Amino acid sequence: MHELSIAMNIIEIAAEEKDKAGGGAIQSVELEVGTLSGVVVDALQFALEVSVKGTVLEHAKIDIHPVEATASCNRCGLSFPVGDLFTSCPHCQSFDTRLVSGGELRFRSFILE
Amino acid sequence: MCDTCGCGQPDQSFRIQKPQNPSTHTHAHEHTHSHGDVAHSHTHEHSHEHPHLHEAGQDAGHAHQFHDASHEHPHGTQIMIGQDLLAKNNLLAERNRGFFEARHITAINLVSSPGSGKTSLLEETILALRQEIAFFIIEGDQQTMLDADRIHKTGVPVIQINTGNGCHLDAVMIQKAVKELDPSDHSMLLIENVGNLVCPSLFDLGETRRVVIMSTTEGEDKPLKYPNMFRTSHLCVINKTDLLPYVDFQIDKAIDYARQVNPHLEFMEVSVKSGKGLENWYKWLRQNLS
Repeated sequence: MHELSIAMNIIEIAAEEKDKAGGGAIQSVELEVGTLSGVVVDALQFALEVSVKGTVLEHAKIDIHPVEATASCNRCGLSFPVGDLFTSCPHCQSFDTRLVSGGELRFRSFILE
Repeated sequence: MCDTCGCGQPDQSFRIQKPQNPSTHTHAHEHTHSHGDVAHSHTHEHSHEHPHLHEAGQDAGHAHQFHDASHEHPHGTQIMIGQDLLAKNNLLAERNRGFFEARHITAINLVSSPGSGKTSLLEETILALRQEIAFFIIEGDQQTMLDADRIHKTGVPVIQINTGNGCHLDAVMIQKAVKELDPSDHSMLLIENVGNLVCPSLFDLGETRRVVIMSTTEGEDKPLKYPNMFRTSHLCVINKTDLLPYVDFQIDKAIDYARQVNPHLEFMEVSVKSGKGLENWYKWLRQNLS
């Protein structure tokens, strides 16, 4: 359900940035969603479909680019790809890691006609 | 814009009420449109193709150009934004946090699945510590005043946020509720989030500490199934330990799983029903007072 809140944020950012850029129709939008961001891409797509009506994104093509997750070990510094938030460091086995990428929820760009 | 159904109306769909004062500050609005219209799909009706230059090799070409103002595309101008989708909530959460810090208010965000015993824990805590700590309570639920009514009986100031269809509290709701509740300096603000282990993890409220509560009637693998929540919490309270002889829940396993997700997480085993372990919880609250 939080995908609907996020869809609202996307529409809001698009409306603000379009005004800043001097108006025009938004042709397409690029978003980045990390695989461990906590947002389900399908749910976000659905949320956007039902919420863009009557907004600046009504006729825009929306591209969602997944960002693969990488963690960095806080103990030995190794960076390694992860598919979840509970994978230990393959070098020193520590669970004390931080997400370097894969947590993104980002409005990358849009194209104005 | 309406956060619940996306109808484009400016007001929020959540409602903030104090017990026995149902007319207080309502943010609900009328939905005059048909929801059937809203649900129809319209984003794939684009009949003409836009030959985007970046579709062939966008990562090579554009991935590191967030700070460029704009550049030309065959059918338009690309504007680079690079903004976090949660930036507004995060910004407002920091404002809340600054307000709490300046007023020496300790704000605790309590998150869990439904039925873990959050409200019971709050009731016991208030009754035990009300003489030494000034409590203010925010209750978050989709519907009803039931939890706020329970807390109201203890005599401490409480406000209920009904999120409607929303699955989490956010920083705007807290900002508005705090204005109504007006917590005093050096007080402790306990925020009971909507019972949900998924969505609330993404929304910073500006809290001082986040506490995740799990109970022995749940599976011990909850931390692995809902890692975001355990990753972002400071303390994990395991409640209903009085039921341990009757359930299959293995505390050590649960703690082990949670530590895999968040090695810095603190743990506390309590039974709100029997009172066992609550002294540790009270001690933790005292230690975290601003």
